[in-house]
Amino acid sequence: MHAAQILINALVLGCLYACIAIGFSLVWGVLNVINLIHGSFIVLGAYLAFGLYYSLHLSPWYAVVVAAPLFFVLGYLLQRLLLNRVIHAPVLVTLTLTFGLDLILNNAMIYFFKADYRKLTLVPPLGSVSILDVVVPVDRLIATVSALALTGLLYLLLRRSRVGRAIVAVRLDRDAAVLMGVNVEQIYAIAFGLGAALAGCAGVLMALIFPISPLTSSGYLGKAFVVCVLGGLGSVSGALAGGLLLALVEGVGSTFFGPSHATTLSFVLLIVFLILRPQGLLGRKGFE
Amino acid sequence: MTRANLALLILIACVAALPLFGGAYALRLGTIACMYAILALSWNVVGGFAGYPSFATAAFFGFGAYATGVLMNDGLSLWLSVVITAIAALLLAAMLGAVLLRLRGHYFAIASLSLAEVLRELVNNATDLTGGGMGLNIPLASGSSVLGDAMFFFYAMLGLLLATALMTMAVAGSKLGFGLACIRQNETASSMIGLNTTLYKSAAFGLSACFVAAAGGVYAAWVHYIDPSDVFDILYSVKPIVMALMGGLGSPLGVACGAFLYLGLEEVVWRNYIQIHTGVLGLLIVMLLLFLPHGLVSLRAGMFERKAKHV
Repeated sequence: MHAAQILINALVLGCLYACIAIGFSLVWGVLNVINLIHGSFIVLGAYLAFGLYYSLHLSPWYAVVVAAPLFFVLGYLLQRLLLNRVIHAPVLVTLTLTFGLDLILNNAMIYFFKADYRKLTLVPPLGSVSILDVVVPVDRLIATVSALALTGLLYLLLRRSRVGRAIVAVRLDRDAAVLMGVNVEQIYAIAFGLGAALAGCAGVLMALIFPISPLTSSGYLGKAFVVCVLGGLGSVSGALAGGLLLALVEGVGSTFFGPSHATTLSFVLLIVFLILRPQGLLGRKGFE
Repeated sequence: MTRANLALLILIACVAALPLFGGAYALRLGTIACMYAILALSWNVVGGFAGYPSFATAAFFGFGAYATGVLMNDGLSLWLSVVITAIAALLLAAMLGAVLLRLRGHYFAIASLSLAEVLRELVNNATDLTGGGMGLNIPLASGSSVLGDAMFFFYAMLGLLLATALMTMAVAGSKLGFGLACIRQNETASSMIGLNTTLYKSAAFGLSACFVAAAGGVYAAWVHYIDPSDVFDILYSVKPIVMALMGGLGSPLGVACGAFLYLGLEEVVWRNYIQIHTGVLGLLIVMLLLFLPHGLVSLRAGMFERKAKHV
């Protein structure tokens, strides 16, 4: 039963990890930008959920609906006004630029919200369900299902909609997409906006489970790195596979080596994957 | 010796005269200035000469600080500890480099960024050796008066800066520097004409790490107390890049000037806006990248170009 509990925990956490990473993966894949502001977007989303719950008594699963358009606009404008100017610069420049933006946003959050850890506590609490000996808290279950729904929604968007097909086209071959009449700059901005919206929604879901503080942003970012590299870049299924693998490794690792080594293990795994299989679990070679 | 190299040496000589003018505060600033210049010049060997976006500076800085700290707690002298640390860092980085430097672009950036995370977690968990999250106390090295202590560490850091500058110049003028420039321009082509790119990149990575680690060691002995979140701070990886971008990538003189200028800005921000200093730093980075992407050196080069057109 112990093994079953580890497996279920990994499954629940893995879907959340996938949700954290998917926006990051989309931006990396389409814009070729490592978006270091992603972690702070997630935390900002968590604060939004916190604020909405305590001021308007709006439950976090409704806050997702508020967060998505707000963060989309934020991301869209950020890309259009700032990132677009250096989009063709070497990785060093784009990475450092997003790091600078992250410093600004994170400092602003510490300034306005303070660095204290807060927790969104649902009243009344939802409790937990147990099947045989496996226990799952209901709030975690809701967050996981919502994370899966968001991931599925992105998948549908990329597969079925006109904009989604254009995003995939730019991802596959930018020059050819230009020749086919795709407005690449517009697509870049939309992809970045989608990435931000997914980060915001992920943050809202995280608020259900984890404590909220500006200091947690680098942890989320680290998870996004590892998931992207493990699963393969820029694909929805890759992010899911990476998220599940990471959660499983962390779960098994912390059972056998102790929880303090779980993070070390995940980063070692990241470096091993980078060296041996840089295209990730589900990625194709040369499609990086 | 080119004019730029000579100017760099003169600049370092000017910094050496600092104790004539200031007290303990000026010495503290001078020590940090030298440390920043060491980090930026060392980063420049990998990031500027070879064009690899390395974010591993914090990893080697922290490694150096902890290696020196642990050795000094075992009773070794400061100098011996720093030398052992530097050699260990050279070997470690050359070995890691041979593996990590096969990655390019984004993947190398991520891998080098994760290196600091891995080392931090290892140090955090090796409580018996490093004190873990409680940090590590380091015995006093010089043991004289406050001012004497400040003077001692200022000259130690300055000496290290001089060594780093000489190393950078030697690399820039040697076959190694030429090979790194080839790698920056077109790695595939340079490996095809018979350049052992892995060897060259690893050598550059090792040399860079060696001086960063030594600076970390001297820093640890200077502040007497280190903890993982302090010395493995990701900002130690990003600041040298900002300094190099500020001064101009690839030019040792520009990079050193960038380091000093950066310290000046940082000090002004710290003094006036303590609550929002990281935000101001972020704003500085954004402005710099958007409006002056090739650094201060580009201003001068631009002026020369215009003159040449008129002739």
